[in-house]
Amino acid sequence: MIPVVFKMPFVEGRAFNVGAATLDEIGAAAPEVSMIHVILPQHLRTLAHAGAEVELEVAAPVTQRSVLDALEARYPMLRGAIRDHVTLQRRAFLRFFACEQDLSHESPDAPLPDAVTSGKEPFIVIGAIAGG
Amino acid sequence: MSRVRVLVGTRKGAFILTADGKREDWQVDGPHFSGWEMYHLKGSTADPNRIYASQTSGWFGQIIQRSDDGGKTWHQPGTPPGETKTPDGMPKGESNKFVYDTSADTGKPLTTHQFYDGTQHPWEFKRVWHLEPSLTDSDTVYAGIEDAAIFRSTDGGKNWKELSGLRGHGTGPKWQPGAGGMCLHTIILDPSNPQRMWIAISAAGAFRTDDGGKSWKPINRGLKSQYIPDPDAEVGHCVHHIAMNPRRPGVLFMQKHWDVMRSDDAGDNWKEVSGNLPTDFGFVIDVHAHEPETIYVVPIKSDGEHFVHEGKLRVYRSKTGGNEWEALTKGLPQKDCYVNVLRDAMAVDTLDKCGIYFGTTGGQVYCSADAGDSWNPIVRDLPAVLSVEVQTLA
Repeated sequence: MIPVVFKMPFVEGRAFNVGAATLDEIGAAAPEVSMIHVILPQHLRTLAHAGAEVELEVAAPVTQRSVLDALEARYPMLRGAIRDHVTLQRRAFLRFFACEQDLSHESPDAPLPDAVTSGKEPFIVIGAIAGG
Repeated sequence: MSRVRVLVGTRKGAFILTADGKREDWQVDGPHFSGWEMYHLKGSTADPNRIYASQTSGWFGQIIQRSDDGGKTWHQPGTPPGETKTPDGMPKGESNKFVYDTSADTGKPLTTHQFYDGTQHPWEFKRVWHLEPSLTDSDTVYAGIEDAAIFRSTDGGKNWKELSGLRGHGTGPKWQPGAGGMCLHTIILDPSNPQRMWIAISAAGAFRTDDGGKSWKPINRGLKSQYIPDPDAEVGHCVHHIAMNPRRPGVLFMQKHWDVMRSDDAGDNWKEVSGNLPTDFGFVIDVHAHEPETIYVVPIKSDGEHFVHEGKLRVYRSKTGGNEWEALTKGLPQKDCYVNVLRDAMAVDTLDKCGIYFGTTGGQVYCSADAGDSWNPIVRDLPAVLSVEVQTLA
């Protein structure tokens, strides 16, 4: 399968703005931005009209929460399909894998592995094994 | 010439079956939403091209889909066909959001109901079981959900607000899930009184509003259920489905867990009309479009054996509003058949003669173009059928 890659400009430049002045204008350093690869299961690709893998720019710190926030900002139709609309808790039958580890039970605010942050490894959203 | 459009929801997608008024040659379109559980699809009577669909998944949650062209194309409400809204041109649909009302509007916001083990359990949204479009406004639609509550959208399914008076009236802590979950599965609108609606919940019972959904009252007098400590309790009954002929509002027919019931006073009182049925357990019940005393059920062997009795698929018809039933078997398998017919999987068209439709857990959808006298399969090998609705089109 040939992945279809979508690129997203960083969200409305808000992280770079302080009031009317940009961080550059006030001499502050821009936050580090990482290009994160996210792999989606088939049904979510269909919902999002996306390919198997999407690319997202995510500002540091790169965590489950910040990646999923960026994913849902890019694909609003996925809101509620990965995390509960209100509590933002992971849906019970979904798992988050990366670097051959199950990160599903990690804190949503824990930093993701360096290999994910550097873009070498994808962050994988996958349906849990359920049923016979 | 009139046409019919049958909307079929299955465990693994939706199918649309169409035919002319003879109902002999069928076109099968689908699967739509392949791989998803399609709990219910229903068209608007105000605009037959407007169809709402409940797309759900244990993995990915709830999506509401809408078609504005009779099922040819679909979109999530909030994304009109062809319209793109995100800065880079992607469709801005949203998974639909059903959030229980915990505001002061409810008077006493509910947070728990009775669970399987008798303890109190938090209300948790799981899925939409039933969608009921308004009779007069195609943008207004009601949703019956699990855990049991009723929501309304007035913008074509984009935004949903709970009619919280139902959960807030006081008996909620006594509601409990049936085997299929605590679902609000039946919504009936009164064509003669826009302020009146009926709903049914497994396992809580039937409820009615006379003020447009602000307040509700249980209407279960006459129901007897041996599986609850007080068989005559105000709530706790496992009502499986209710049907009403829209030409005769207020006369209701109910398939309860066990027992077929009728009410002639809008649900205030019920009496049993199981009569000579071989078993009065079942899920579906429906009413002939032109003969309001002609009703249909599909008896199921028992609560522990969810398949038809004696291996024979038989629809039972009463032309006397209950008690006296005849088996309808012509064209239906009469041996080695062990399917179920689920609560929303029967429908009637309004042609003359009235067409009756039902779908089975074995994936068959049957049609009778002569009010039940004879039956033919439209399709035989779909995924398990969850719901069947029919639109009669000019």
